[in-house]
Parts: sequence; C-alpha cells; structure tokens
Amino acid sequence: MTGQRSTVTREATSRVCLSEQAWGYLLAGPAFLLVGLLAVLPIAAALWLSLHRRLPIFGVEEFVGAWNYVQLWSDDRFWAACRTTLYFTALSVTAELLLGLWIALLLDGLTSIRGGSPRWAQVMIILPWAVPTVVSAQIWAWLYQPDYGLLNYLLRQAGLATAPIDWLADPDWAIHAAVMMDVWKTTPFAALLLLAGLKTVPGDLYAAARVDGAGAWKRFRLITLPLLMPIVVIVLVFRTMDAVRVFDAVYVLTGGGPGNTTETLSIYAYKTLFQTLQFGYGSALATAMFLIVAALSSLYLLLLRRHLRDVA
Amino acid sequence: MMPGAGGNGSRGGIRRFGVRGLAFCVLISAGLFCLGPVLWQAVTSVKSDQDLVRLPPILPEQATASHYERVLLQSPLARSLVNSAVVAASATTVSIVVGSFCAFALARLPIAGKPVILGLVLSTSMFPPIAVISPLYLLMRGLGLRDTLVAVGLTHAVYALPLAVWLLTSFFRQLPREVYYAARVDGCTPLRALLSVLLPLARPGLAVAALLVFIYSWNEFMFALTLTASDSIRTAPVAVALFPGLYEIPWGDIAAASLVITLPVAGLAALFQRHIVAGLTAGSVKG
Repeated sequence: MTGQRSTVTREATSRVCLSEQAWGYLLAGPAFLLVGLLAVLPIAAALWLSLHRRLPIFGVEEFVGAWNYVQLWSDDRFWAACRTTLYFTALSVTAELLLGLWIALLLDGLTSIRGGSPRWAQVMIILPWAVPTVVSAQIWAWLYQPDYGLLNYLLRQAGLATAPIDWLADPDWAIHAAVMMDVWKTTPFAALLLLAGLKTVPGDLYAAARVDGAGAWKRFRLITLPLLMPIVVIVLVFRTMDAVRVFDAVYVLTGGGPGNTTETLSIYAYKTLFQTLQFGYGSALATAMFLIVAALSSLYLLLLRRHLRDVA
Repeated sequence: MMPGAGGNGSRGGIRRFGVRGLAFCVLISAGLFCLGPVLWQAVTSVKSDQDLVRLPPILPEQATASHYERVLLQSPLARSLVNSAVVAASATTVSIVVGSFCAFALARLPIAGKPVILGLVLSTSMFPPIAVISPLYLLMRGLGLRDTLVAVGLTHAVYALPLAVWLLTSFFRQLPREVYYAARVDGCTPLRALLSVLLPLARPGLAVAALLVFIYSWNEFMFALTLTASDSIRTAPVAVALFPGLYEIPWGDIAAASLVITLPVAGLAALFQRHIVAGLTAGSVKG
C-alpha cells in the first residue's frame, strides 16, 4: 500500500523520474569515481609497475615479470627496513597503548571524583595530536640537539648523563628517539579513544563489585578491561597501521640515518622511487608493504570480530 | 562524607584526598609532557641568535620577534600558508560535498552491496600512501597537474573521503528514517530531501567531518612533498620540513615557523576538542 502511494506521489511530482536505486548510484557515483581514479587505479598501476624495470632517466622500460620481487627477497636493505619498521611499531604501539590507558584511567578517575570533567587536561592532551607531524619532528630534532638541546641539558642537570648524547647520530639511540617522538605525538589519540570507551562502562557495575568486596585491581581486571577490549583492539589496529606506514615523522627527524638504522619501509620505498628513480623496484617495495599492512589488518579484523562477538 | 561516619570516614576522606592529589600530580606531569615540547619551541622562537647556542638561561632575558619577522616577511612561508589554506579548504569542500552525497546514498537509498562498499571504503583508508604515490605522481604528471595546488587538494580530498563517508554515513543513520520519508511523501526528490531536509539536520556531523578533513589536509606531508616542486606551490608542512639553512640549521626560524603553522590547527582542536573526540570515536568504534 505505502509503496504504491509513494510511487504515485513520485510520478506525480518529479519531472525526471528516477527510481530510488538510480538516485542512490547517481549520488554515490562521484565518490566512487574519485576513489576509483585516485586510489584504486593507482594501486593497480603500482602492481603493474612493479612487474617492470623502469628507469626514466635512462629511458629504460621493460617487462621483467616477478624479477623485482626475486630481487627483493635477497635485498638485505629490504629486510633491514622490515626489521626497523616492526621494531618501531612494536615498541611505539605498546608504549602508546599502556601510557594511553594509564592517562585515560586517570582522567576518568578524576572525572568521577570531582564530578566535572577536567577540560583543561583534555585540551592539553589533544595538542600533540593536532600538531602537524612534520612540526613535531622539528620540535623533537631541536630537543635532541646534542650541544644545546633541552633534553641533554635536563639530563645533565639531573646528573643522569655526563657526556652529551648525540641522540640522532648514534645508531643505537636514533630509532628510540624516533619512537619517543611518536609516543609523544600519538598517545593522546589512544588516551582520548580509551577515555571515551571508559565513559560507556556503567557505574553500577563498579558499585556492585565494590559491594562484593572487589579491590581496585580486581575491578579493573574483571570489569574495565573486558568491557574496554573492543576499543583497545581498535586503538591497536589504528596505531599499528599508522606505525607500519610511518613516513613523515621519521623522514624529517632522521632522514633514515644514521647509516640507514632508522630507515623504515616507507622511507626505503620513497628513496628508491624519488631519489634513485627506480619506479619498478620502488613499486615492488611499496606493494610488498601494502601486502604486509593488508595481512596485519586482516589479522586484526579477525581479532576484532571475535572480541566484538564476545561482548555482544 | 557524612559527619556521622566518624574516624573511619575522615580517614577515608584523607585517603581519597591523597589519591586525588596523586592523580592530579600525575595528570599535571602528563600534561607537561604533552605541552612541554611545544612550550619549549615557543621559548626558542623568541630567543636571539646568541641565546640559541647556550643553554643555562632557560628563558631569554630579552625576547625578540626577529625570527617571526624573517619567517613571515623574508621566506616563502607566508606563501605556503596561503597555499595550505587554499588546499585544505578546497579538499574539505570537495570531500564533504561528495562524501555527504555518498554517505546519504549508503545510509538511506537501496543500492546493492552496501557492506562490501563500506568495507572497501574502510580498506582504502588503510592504504599505505607510499603504495600509490608513484602511479599518482605519474598520473598527475600525465594530466599536466604536477606542481599545482589542484593536484594536492584533489589528492587530499580523495584520501580524506573514506573518513568523511564513514562518519557521515553513521550520522545519517542516526537521523530517523521518518524524516526522509516525510520529505519524499511531500514530493521532494531524494536530492532535494538531502539538501533541504537532511543536511541541515546533520550539521553537527558535517562540522566534525569537515574539521577532521581540514586538519588532515593541513598536516599532510608525503603527497604534498611529492606532487609539488617549486617554492611558490609548497604547502606549509613541506616548507617547514625543507626549511632552508645556508650554513647551519636556523633553529629559531624553524621554531617560529612551526608555531605559526601549528596555531590554526591547535586552535581548532582546542576549541572543538569535544566534537573531535566524538568524531574520532564514532569513526572508529563503529568500525
């Protein structure tokens, strides 16, 4: 009945008669077109390029099949970049999650004690998230400056270091310096998402647990953590994806140095593409990275599905 | 605490106060950790050149605006700021217009394979940008758009589109279906219903999506670096990353430039902090 009536109305009033479905495709069309042209097509083109040897400066362009991937397998620099990327990711994501959870719990605790939300704290915490990544790299490069950087000065004042540490030139320190900067920049994101998650935990649950004599740790482990799990997994997914494809932060901070010790996959691929102009091999690197990210994200999505089902 | 609760109660009160005090201290140090590096950059930006190369005086005796003058008047930064504003504004416009049409179609119109489309939308946001950068570069060169603001703006719009579509779809879904049906029964076409009924209702969602896209575009580096080549086309983050230093790194100038380009986004983030967090959680929790 209603369906019939709305058809009649539509035919009576609209000059151009389009079905709902046709409108749907018409309105969604521009977005599909743009994403197809500038995101999906380039991915396909990158795959295609990766099967070629392409050196524009020498006018070389030939189809070489899987040759680039064979070369990739025996490329030590590629494996080193993989190790660096995974090390960076594991370290920074773990630190961000733990630190973020801690800050979120603190903020949530303060909110429930004082009644009002400490707005100033949230505004302070969102600042690093809003700072452009490039700027954060410059800020930290200046803090790490060996002779008159603030960090060495503070360490010296605290009596923790005698000789100035050259953070960005020392192969052992450089990657940790990059992790530190990433933790500063992105912990707020984790903390704010987790805080939003904490707000959805019903307060009665805590009250009930308290009546049953559960201590703070027990309440956290048995109530907070299970209910927060979906958000924890989401934070893990987002942060891992971002950390694996990290480019601008490390590129501006160290340029991949010293001696390629901070060269992540993105930086190696970028240098191959735009400094040595090997478009074929660079695309193979980028594709390999795409596959790593895809594998990681599907793994996470599986995890996420299980957790979401557990809660639902 | 009730007065009748006696000693036990007041001890609890003290303990509670202690816990609160402790939490406060920790929170302040966390805040300092977040704020400190930016504050230090602010201090650096007003130090004179000789104060930059010695440390014991943490704060300079005399503040100088020379770095700001140099950066804003004698370097291409002012130009880059204008470029960034143009790019971010147009990227935001394009992705919000195109994104809201698409989100509306996904939320209310019967098109096939919606879950697949939403999944694809989500997966494009997981693309490592490096995987598309070389074909994109070749494409823009082929179109004659390399080293133009159009190339950067368009790329930003497309790569922010998944976020916009995702956010706006969930926003349109929250609006009651009846609103849309009522507009249709009154004789609106779906487009008309979207433009004159649903969009005004979805204004808060549009604002959040626009804000997130703007901040993304303002801060984006890799596409902007690759697709531009000349100083007059650079966006602000690229200008700050490639800051020219003739003999040594001009830390004071870099600090001033950093603060200038951070100010707009930091201001937006502080002002709309609540909405941004809501948007981020809506965008991810529903994932």
